[in-house]
Amino acid sequence: MPDNKNANMIRSRIWREEPEPDNPYATRAAYCRGYDVFGQMVGNARWVEMLALLFRDELPGTAALDMLEALAVALANPGPRDPSIHAAMCGGVGGSSAAASLIAALSVGAGRYRGAREVFDAMTAWKTCDTDLDAWNNYSRRDTSNDIVDTWPRREHPPGFDPHGVSTATSVRRLLETLARIGATPRLTWLASQHRELEQCVGLPLDVSGVASAAFADLGYTPNEGEMLFLLLRLPGAAAHALEQESYGYKRFPFYPVELEDDPATREMP
Amino acid sequence: MNGPELLAAHSGILRTKVGACWPGTRAVFRGHDLHRDLHDTDWLELYLFGITGRRFTPRQVKLLHGIWVITSYPDARIWNNRVAALAGSSRSSPVLGLAAALAVSEARIYGGGPGLRAIDFFLRAGKALASGQALREFITGELTVRHIYGYGRPIDSCDERLPWLVNLAKEQGQDQGQHFKIAFEVEKILLEMGKTNLRMNYAGMTSALGADLGLTPREFHLFRVPMFLAGMPPCWVEAAEKPQGTLFPTPCDGITYEGVGQRAWHNKIS
Repeated sequence: MPDNKNANMIRSRIWREEPEPDNPYATRAAYCRGYDVFGQMVGNARWVEMLALLFRDELPGTAALDMLEALAVALANPGPRDPSIHAAMCGGVGGSSAAASLIAALSVGAGRYRGAREVFDAMTAWKTCDTDLDAWNNYSRRDTSNDIVDTWPRREHPPGFDPHGVSTATSVRRLLETLARIGATPRLTWLASQHRELEQCVGLPLDVSGVASAAFADLGYTPNEGEMLFLLLRLPGAAAHALEQESYGYKRFPFYPVELEDDPATREMP
Repeated sequence: MNGPELLAAHSGILRTKVGACWPGTRAVFRGHDLHRDLHDTDWLELYLFGITGRRFTPRQVKLLHGIWVITSYPDARIWNNRVAALAGSSRSSPVLGLAAALAVSEARIYGGGPGLRAIDFFLRAGKALASGQALREFITGELTVRHIYGYGRPIDSCDERLPWLVNLAKEQGQDQGQHFKIAFEVEKILLEMGKTNLRMNYAGMTSALGADLGLTPREFHLFRVPMFLAGMPPCWVEAAEKPQGTLFPTPCDGITYEGVGQRAWHNKIS
């Protein structure tokens, strides 16, 4: 073992393991935030309780857990029209590995259009604007041209709203109403009663990412945590649709016609 | 040594022959000082040296470079490229888009999978011939137990890349290898057997050339990792230049549902 053993220790406030007496690499017991995972939690804890516990020392109340679980149901499958699921299906249809299909869903679903970075941006906006319509008005109209260059493409629409939307989609409105009813939390309650005014102020209808952002913020998550949860909770649909398209086969998957606008075969010679 | 003792022997330290870096001083790449000894090395030659520990001649490197160039197709409909393009359209980052597109390229019906299986086929065919077995007999035996990879292609069985690669192999004096010749013999035999859809494809020809360069299946697999890469950034760039979310948007009625009919959900969370 190296001399600097302590320097190479992994530090964690989340997880601790005890070894078997005959093997320091086999787990006798694992503790998540102090709870015995295999001795007490497995078989007794809801999956959503484990999820919540991974992010906080203490479990939230029942209403918060119910709200998180309801949101997880809503986010579980964005459907095959969503770009992230489309990407996962591109993996499935060619027989790419399971991980590649999910990586595709994560990469495409990470961005600033209907993706996890949009949730990050929207949660940041919630911190700034909270339930103040004037603040949202200023935020959505601020000049972003001088924002610091980022690895992400520049923001093109107020986050949490649908840049191609016409009116609030019924699915979005119903999710908002359900979450607000379950959690009765401040932002969701305000959003449920004021979303028309807010949409009028921003000029675009609310998107699922906007409802999810408000819910994550009400649950006490940071923008980084909300971004991570949004990526994580949308993966089940990506997995199922990738496998479904693999079984359908590439001949039954769209391969769109092309209109090449700069073709050397048709270009006039100088 | 095995079990926990094996893990303990490797715990807490990296023992390596391939290299290390000491920020502020130097870096070692497979036994050479990277800056002093290898600073003007061609990137692909360095890449191959990293994979194999062997040096390749400039003519061999030119052939391998050509293998990458000839298949660099910036067509956003192709499944791996489509992932890169969807990432651009969804305003995700270029690294996420390209990394996912590369991951998806390790597919079963194109890309990584067929290349690996094709070079394995040619290496075994070469051994069979060396042991006195007739090629036709070897092929017949293969067809009874598995697909022969390197022949046949989704969408169109004629591979437009092959004449260009043949010319390049000839120009670089790399067309006299045993496996390259076997590749054409196999195609001829398959056609004589009535398998007219099994014409040689790019995986077949490149893997035969790879085998002649002495690459093992895993070395060839690693060589091919960035093979489609040059065609991907244009797909991301163009999608990022177009309005967000406009790559292959699908309306709700663009899904042909073939599952069970609509029904009521009866369970309620207490």
